[in-house]
Amino acid sequence: MIPRYQRILFSILVLGCIVLAVLLLRLRERAQDRMQSVRDETPMEAPIARVPEKVQLLLANDSDGSLVATQRSITLPADAPSRARVLLESLLAEYAKPNSTHPLPSGVAVEEVFLVDLPGSNSSSIAVVDLSAAFAQGHPSGIAPETLTLLSITGTLHANLPEIAQVRFLIDGQTRDTLAGHADLTRTYIAANPDVDIPAAGGRP
Amino acid sequence: MRWSKQARSRNSPRLLLTIAFASALTGLAQTESPRPGVSQTDAPPPVPVPFVPDSTKPAILTKPQAPSAPPIQLRFVVVLDPGHGGEDTGAKLGPGTLEKDIVLSISTRLRALLNAKGIPVIVTRDADTSPTADDRAAIANRAKAAACLSLHATATGTGVHLFTSSLTPANYGRDEFIPWNEAQATANTQSVRLASDVNTALGKGKLPVLLGRTALRPLNSFTCPALAVEFAPVNAGSGAASLTDSSYQQRVAAALAEALVAWRVDWRQRP
Repeated sequence: MIPRYQRILFSILVLGCIVLAVLLLRLRERAQDRMQSVRDETPMEAPIARVPEKVQLLLANDSDGSLVATQRSITLPADAPSRARVLLESLLAEYAKPNSTHPLPSGVAVEEVFLVDLPGSNSSSIAVVDLSAAFAQGHPSGIAPETLTLLSITGTLHANLPEIAQVRFLIDGQTRDTLAGHADLTRTYIAANPDVDIPAAGGRP
Repeated sequence: MRWSKQARSRNSPRLLLTIAFASALTGLAQTESPRPGVSQTDAPPPVPVPFVPDSTKPAILTKPQAPSAPPIQLRFVVVLDPGHGGEDTGAKLGPGTLEKDIVLSISTRLRALLNAKGIPVIVTRDADTSPTADDRAAIANRAKAAACLSLHATATGTGVHLFTSSLTPANYGRDEFIPWNEAQATANTQSVRLASDVNTALGKGKLPVLLGRTALRPLNSFTCPALAVEFAPVNAGSGAASLTDSSYQQRVAAALAEALVAWRVDWRQRP
């Protein structure tokens, strides 16, 4: 025979368990609601329809070492760094096509493009172009092909974004001595006249 | 922007030197003529250089020995700098064909041709070694060379690619320091004249020439008139295999040797 006080105690414990279970379920639902609200991916702004723009790509030609200005129509984003990145992706995609005059490997070539205002200048900026390691690894080695690639990038950026006055290059976010064994990547390339370097700080113009 | 592919005629002006200047130059040259019995490939008498570059520090200043004009060079010495070497193979031009081997082979041929013409030559490497870019520039700058050729090879394009430094020409005063990585700015005008002589000689040798400017180490650290000479396949259909052809290598070396013989005259007539 179970004593009465034990039956009452058992009933209270069972009731407590049920209440705690209901409470835990409720808390779990609330936590899920909070996470859903953080991951809300519903559009907050109306999409902007952008029309393709005419851009100028300076395409390199290995046979005569020339850079030829070529018109293309591409859709560009609004902000300047993204525009620069899309421009370079379009330029390097041209080189990955069959029958390219300056064959380069296909795949992701540009990791990121950063624009930084030049000190003491309101309208000029320096573009830091971060190229992928795979692109550098597959790039043809030689002074001519490497120089043409850098001049093509520099010239294309300046032709479409005139505020870019200088360009520096990184590989996978790191500084590197050369692109593929020759062209010097430790220097700043001046974009207004892309075949001429600017002297480093302290140097003489 | 566009590089000239056409071989330009040599049109460097023949400047008349005054008798006094010529006599002074001759006198200086005689006082510093090589000692009898010394090989022409030996290094010239050591000239003190204020700062020897440390390869661990990329930008080191060097003090010029002369004011705005290049220093009076006492004898005509050529520095050949075959690129890469050792573990740095350079471009892979084909199965078993490496850039470091091609440029060393052409350097050896060119050195022999220049020695035969009585021109002393200093090389930055004559074996499969890998001096750093700063070491190469230090060798050339100590030699006070009249011409420095940095030799490279590529499978892209055709003929011979000639590059001068893309640095803006600059003059430095006697008391000014020259940035190590921009020393070529002081000699860039002379380098362009040297490129003209080389372009003419290669044109005479029926070799296609591509002229351009580039940022290249150690070219930018040379204080001598300097060129980067890049050898490409002889024509579009020949492929990189033609770079291993000994007759092509000899043809290119002979044209470069002729260019340097012409430069010996032009260099002495510089203003």
